[in-house]
Amino acid sequence: MNIGVIIPLVIFLIGIFAIGFIASKQMSGEGGFLQQYFLGGRELGGFVLAMTMVATYGSASSFLGGPGTAYTVGFGWILLAMTQVVTGYFVLLILGKKFAILGRKYNAVTMIDFLKARYNSPLVAILSAIAIIVFLFSAMTAQWVGGGRLIESLTGLQYTTALFIFAISVLVYVTIGGFRAVALTDAVQGAVMVVGTLVLLIGVIIAGGGVPAIMQDLINENPRLVTPYGADGTLTAAYVSSFWILVGVGVVGLPQMAVRAMSYKSSRAMHRALVIGTIVTGFIMLNMHLIGVFARPIMPGIDIGDKVIPLVALEVLPPWLAGIVLAAPMAAIMSTVDSLLLLVSSAIVKDVYLNFIKPEASETTVKRMSFGVTGILGIIVFLLALQPPELLIFLNLFAFGGLEAAFIWPVVLGLYWKYGNKYGAIFSMITGIAAYIAIHFYNTANGNLLGVHTVTLPVLLSLAAYIIGSLAVKREAYQF
Amino acid sequence: MTRKQTNPAQATDPRFKIAHREAIIGIVLAIFNFIWWFGFAYGLGSRPPEEYTYIWGLPDWFFYSCVLGFIIMCILVIVITKFVLKEVPLDVDPSNTDQPKEGPAKQ
Repeated sequence: MNIGVIIPLVIFLIGIFAIGFIASKQMSGEGGFLQQYFLGGRELGGFVLAMTMVATYGSASSFLGGPGTAYTVGFGWILLAMTQVVTGYFVLLILGKKFAILGRKYNAVTMIDFLKARYNSPLVAILSAIAIIVFLFSAMTAQWVGGGRLIESLTGLQYTTALFIFAISVLVYVTIGGFRAVALTDAVQGAVMVVGTLVLLIGVIIAGGGVPAIMQDLINENPRLVTPYGADGTLTAAYVSSFWILVGVGVVGLPQMAVRAMSYKSSRAMHRALVIGTIVTGFIMLNMHLIGVFARPIMPGIDIGDKVIPLVALEVLPPWLAGIVLAAPMAAIMSTVDSLLLLVSSAIVKDVYLNFIKPEASETTVKRMSFGVTGILGIIVFLLALQPPELLIFLNLFAFGGLEAAFIWPVVLGLYWKYGNKYGAIFSMITGIAAYIAIHFYNTANGNLLGVHTVTLPVLLSLAAYIIGSLAVKREAYQF
Repeated sequence: MTRKQTNPAQATDPRFKIAHREAIIGIVLAIFNFIWWFGFAYGLGSRPPEEYTYIWGLPDWFFYSCVLGFIIMCILVIVITKFVLKEVPLDVDPSNTDQPKEGPAKQ
């Protein structure tokens, strides 16, 4: 492998490391250790808030898997990817100021804290904690595998060594720096993602001889590549539209996004983040997937989707520039993993240990627990990622859509509907997850039910469950 | 069982009215976004590919739906953020929300 590619990557890793370390020094005592460690003391400004939301949300699939599919499917897949622009403004506008105000009022550090206070129910808290720990733990492991594989393919190191480098670089800054380190490194990683996207887009267009030439090549190969229906004409409008739920509006229900929606300093910061978040999300999604399609005439015949972006970057750019560009998918994976690691850790320390096991634990104990749990979790994930067990791969399939179906209504209607209560919330979470798993099996066996993505029906069913559960058992208005 | 929160402000917090309005703005934006995206993509894109025209080298349905649509959403978000959304204090003590000025002017 080319040493020119490796040097920028190494500089990137060292840079991230340094920022995480500096952030850990800034942890002030204000607001207590938990607020500082798991929520950055609610002090995020607009730019950092926007970037940590985009970077947490943008993962391996935005930079490797998605563009790889666009390479195979054509413009239809870019159309699908653009459903994600909505997340840039929707999450912050919907959870909005009410979530931030109530979060402060309830003194909530995690999304589960909010649910527990809103529904005044330990059962809601424990169910949520289990869902988060199980699903996000699996999702995190899958991303670590992706990170290890990426380093492996770029450097030619062995997978174990590559994974080790990846694990150490993430683990150290998350463990010692907490949320603020995660958010600050996310901001840098987000910036790397934007720059990488732009450079690679320009490189690909030049290599392809301009957009019209690329388009002509695509039409000559298969005119369907430039239609919204995919290379084989099977991408239906209903299926593509259902991604508005999975990767669009449903993202409101993801705990890693929700916790960010209560971490900002002021409504001014939130306003800035709305604008920056929308622009950056759209920019990355549009251009990365365009690159995937444009890569097709330049480098035909790539079988493995995940390899399209690394291969095309190495093909069209000088090695040192390719190294900078390929730091972008690395940044995307790291910024997702660091948030998930901290979130799972907060679910264990704050939501399980402090809520149910030892509420009277001293500040020192909590501190030791937080560092310890985060570190140990990281080591477990590393060991599992060496040889991912079948069960984890299986659970990861449900992580995204399952969590959305479980949490979207308890969070959103918990904020805005005064008759929502714990019976509705519990019924909704169980229905959402159970329906997701059931429909997943149905769809795998029989093709997509009603031609839409698995997530669609569970989200609707959990809405019905929330309303029925809330009104049927005990109809009582909640005083916010 | 009684699980009424003891709320210092008896009437609904005035900040929530603003928050509710802004959540509705979010829904309206998303619906507009969806209609624009869907309308151009499948309205123009369902013609046979030979009939497509190309803007900046991109197929017309894609340009209007995804490129122009994205730019329009950015402009809308900027305009709404600047002129419609209201700044409110987020702190627990809502006693002086009616005078939104900087500095913790309490007690």
